[in-house]
Amino acid sequence: MIELSHIVKRFGDKLAVDDVSFTVGEGEIVGFLGPNGAGKTTTLGILTGYLSATEGDAKIDGVDILEHPSEAKRKIGFLPEYAPLYLDMTVKEYLSFVYDLKGVKLPRAAHLEEISAVARITDVYHRVIKNLSKGYRQRVGIAAALVGNPKILIFDEPTVGLDPAQIVEIRGLIRTLGRDHTIILSTHILSEVQAVCDRIVVIDHGRILADKTTAEFTQITEAPTRLNLRIEGEQDAILRFLRSFNGVKSAEALSRAEEGVYTYYVETAEGRDVRRDLFFALAEKDFAVLGMEALGVSVEDIFLRLVQGTDKKPAKKEVR
Amino acid sequence: MGAIYRRELCAYFISPIGYVFVGVFLMLSGAFFALSTLFSATTSLSAYFTYVLLSFVVLIPLLTMRQFSEERKTKTEQLLLTSPVSLWGMVAAKFFAAFTLFGVTLLLSCINFLFIRPEHGTVNVPVMFAELFGVLLCGAAFCALGLFLSSLTENQLIAAITSIGAIVAMLGLGFVTPDISNTVLRSTLKWFSIFDRFYTFSYGLFDFTSLFYYTSIAFVFLFLTVRVLEKRRWG
Repeated sequence: MIELSHIVKRFGDKLAVDDVSFTVGEGEIVGFLGPNGAGKTTTLGILTGYLSATEGDAKIDGVDILEHPSEAKRKIGFLPEYAPLYLDMTVKEYLSFVYDLKGVKLPRAAHLEEISAVARITDVYHRVIKNLSKGYRQRVGIAAALVGNPKILIFDEPTVGLDPAQIVEIRGLIRTLGRDHTIILSTHILSEVQAVCDRIVVIDHGRILADKTTAEFTQITEAPTRLNLRIEGEQDAILRFLRSFNGVKSAEALSRAEEGVYTYYVETAEGRDVRRDLFFALAEKDFAVLGMEALGVSVEDIFLRLVQGTDKKPAKKEVR
Repeated sequence: MGAIYRRELCAYFISPIGYVFVGVFLMLSGAFFALSTLFSATTSLSAYFTYVLLSFVVLIPLLTMRQFSEERKTKTEQLLLTSPVSLWGMVAAKFFAAFTLFGVTLLLSCINFLFIRPEHGTVNVPVMFAELFGVLLCGAAFCALGLFLSSLTENQLIAAITSIGAIVAMLGLGFVTPDISNTVLRSTLKWFSIFDRFYTFSYGLFDFTSLFYYTSIAFVFLFLTVRVLEKRRWG
């Protein structure tokens, strides 16, 4: 459905996208994950015909975006990072404008009402966009992407700036749309792609670091490698014990929580969940565990792991 | 293309810009007509049209200053650039929207001619139409120029000021060229002078070279606008 091959994009001397290739099959929801400035928006810009690639091809449903831009663009519904709304128009006028802009042939009133219902903006249909909340504006942006029933939907950071309730709602909406659309969802939030996508493509510094199914990805991220512990007992003895414990990479005392109780920060070896073993072992030594918190895996950690993973490969080759 | 054209025309009247343009244009043209024709007890409209042409310095930038700069600032240009409309279609739609409002207002201002006093003489109708046509062509060239300058910045004010400067320069050339002694320089600058071409219309001539001149100026600026948008896409 979507095919990017060897895309390179330079802005002057700056290499924004460096040899990016991936494909998205029909009906897939693919998460495009990367920190800010990783090259996500640039790649999506190339995919949607907003930018031109310095090298490489982008094909939408078999149609090259540079050779046949109009045909390719008709197949895409795009919500950029900042929803491109004319604030002085009502929702109805705006959607009607997008309908004309895309040259849609479906019955106008019925089609616009249908997508308004899907995007849940029926109650603000006659209101001026300027007066809508950020959440509603985002949904109007999504509705605009849906005009003309394109097969492919591309959302660039759709939940940025929304409150938690709105985020949940937008994610739910994207999941619902995923039932009959091919979707690319770009974000820098790990939990967002895990919640919504079937597959995750990770990009950083313009290069693809990983392309895995969400299940594979979750395996990497699930075993907590950083723990915050609150343990009662003598600090030095506990530190010695933690550091000698099998599976613990490092341990340090952070602060005194209460009388005789300290907070410790523990990092464990890759892919090992030592929480149970550690709990019982500490109990056996009469160190009471008053609190244990597995720290979430940050996107930065994953990048670090993926980068380390890619660095290791050539090293192994050299040894051989 | 039609969608952008309609949106642009509507946008003039959603904001006060459209009303300000029409109001000021009609007010100024009324004043010019009274001063140059009625009070001078003449039926010649040459002076009137010259004043109208000079008023474009402030009037045309009103129409064109926000056309691309505002889209860029509010990021709505992403919607246009990712839609199945060509760059030429987009630029032409915006140009014709500005030109339509300008043209309709110019025609409205012709109401002034109903007040020509018969006792001042008879009106030379072919000359009047030729001059009106010349003003219309000039306006088209300035609309294209303003549109081009609006595509270079995301700040409306800068677009407006540079447009004013550029229109002043193009009109001003007509006053400066006769004093230049270097023949090559004089004839080159004369070529760019909007006024010099306009005079042929004031003789009542439908001069095809002038028609070609104004339409090619408009075309060149529209072409440059397309190139600016294209270049931005290539980074």
